[in-house]
Amino acid sequence: MNLEDLAGKCGEWLRGSGPESDIVISSRIRLARNLAEFPFVRRASDDEKAQIAATTQAKIESIDSWKNVLYLDLDRLDEVDCQFLVERQLMSREMADSSGDRSVVIDVNERFSVMVNEEDHLRIQVMCSGLDLRTAWGQIERLDDDLEQKLNYAYHDSLGYLTACPTNVGTGLRVSVMLHLPALVITREIEKVFRSLQKINVAVRGLYGEGSQFMGDFYQISNQITLGRSEEELVDTVSEVVPRIIEYERRAREFLVNESEQDLHDDVSRAYGILCTAKKISSEETLHYLSKVRMGVNLGLIRSIEMETINKLFVHTQPAHLQKLRGQELSVADRNIERAAYLQTHLAPKGGDHRN
Amino acid sequence: MKCQHCEKPATFHITELTGPSGPVILHLCEEHARIYLSQESSDAPNNALAGMLAKQLKLEQTAEQLAQLDKKTCPVCGISFAEFRQAGRLGCSYDYVCFQEDLEPLLMNIHGSKTHRGKRPTRNTGAPDKQHELIQLRREMQEAIAQEQYERAGELRDKIQSIENASAADSEADPPPETSDG
Repeated sequence: MNLEDLAGKCGEWLRGSGPESDIVISSRIRLARNLAEFPFVRRASDDEKAQIAATTQAKIESIDSWKNVLYLDLDRLDEVDCQFLVERQLMSREMADSSGDRSVVIDVNERFSVMVNEEDHLRIQVMCSGLDLRTAWGQIERLDDDLEQKLNYAYHDSLGYLTACPTNVGTGLRVSVMLHLPALVITREIEKVFRSLQKINVAVRGLYGEGSQFMGDFYQISNQITLGRSEEELVDTVSEVVPRIIEYERRAREFLVNESEQDLHDDVSRAYGILCTAKKISSEETLHYLSKVRMGVNLGLIRSIEMETINKLFVHTQPAHLQKLRGQELSVADRNIERAAYLQTHLAPKGGDHRN
Repeated sequence: MKCQHCEKPATFHITELTGPSGPVILHLCEEHARIYLSQESSDAPNNALAGMLAKQLKLEQTAEQLAQLDKKTCPVCGISFAEFRQAGRLGCSYDYVCFQEDLEPLLMNIHGSKTHRGKRPTRNTGAPDKQHELIQLRREMQEAIAQEQYERAGELRDKIQSIENASAADSEADPPPETSDG
């Protein structure tokens, strides 16, 4: 198993299944942990970082139930491979951009990963498709327990798990749900919805896009605080908010169908048409149209595509994925051509007359 | 909580995950949130946390007290409070002890609490004193090497090893490692 195998596959969170998967892309939980015997990463010397990485790997290798994992030393990966792992959400962009001894441990089925020497010594994360935070919490708690048997975590009786940034101290827990909310964006209701959520201590962030470019339609909801509540309470806070947002999005979609189905159908079909026929296309443009097509599929306006295909295209059309799938490095211009070809292969109606 | 940019209540809490120095949390009023969110390629203030800290400290302390606090240094990792304020990241786990009372208002501001109520390690995670000592000794050894005081560096290295070995022996309370290769 190597990264090439991973590229062609479709990770757990891309399956496009799971509860509420028409709107919820994925549920993710991460835990920040630090080893008691070392300074935090920013303050650690090169030797100490190497020791942290080596110790962690040795301990993880001794965990019986963690056999199907890949250990990736980031210093030995090229830029495309690092970018690939970021696109796949197996590690953070900061991790890819930083330097020094750091690694990422990946479950080959992509259910979990552990970043070593990111901002904290360990960042454990679990991903599920759709809205399934309780399963994700159950999984990550077991992983954390396994690690805790082997490693001495930095822990304080009244402050909990100690982290490099005081915003993560206590549980070290970040629960994130990625939502696809195109109808709330079209109807300009999105701000209103988020304003109604303010009092509940959840944070909202726009998502996706190459570089730091903000892309509409995808939003991430996560818990705001980490200290003073139990992990279950924090998971529940997000679990309770998300169904409300889903409900708003469903209502907005219903409204669009009732009030302007023809406009909506036109918009979605044009997006589909561009993706099927363009000869070169940027990743921003692709995300923009894929988002429309995704909603069209969910609303039954486009019937010829599987949701799993759409979800996969969101990731496979990103720069590093295209290059991994093609097996060579490509310039931006070549990627745009390759991307258009890739989209056509996977989206274009096969043979004959096609009607949505 | 007040907006970072004005005196209005902060009603938007935004976490930027793509900042170069890690996640950044912003607390903004409606107006500033709109301005912030409408910046397409957001040049997010990386030091929002530092800004929050600075503002909060200014409210509660005089310039003199602040200057004094900035000089306060962790004996274990050597980070000063000023460095923490600038980076928004602490240097080691002992910072939570040595800066405890300085961090408490910040924790209250961020989390509305200063007491952990979640999961606890199920086994004893070792002696914090020894762990902090290790961090400190390693740093002193680095400094000794940098100053070409090799004799002192050697002494420190021996001391580090003896503590490491002792703590390794402690944690071998788990079943012994498997030796058979099948």
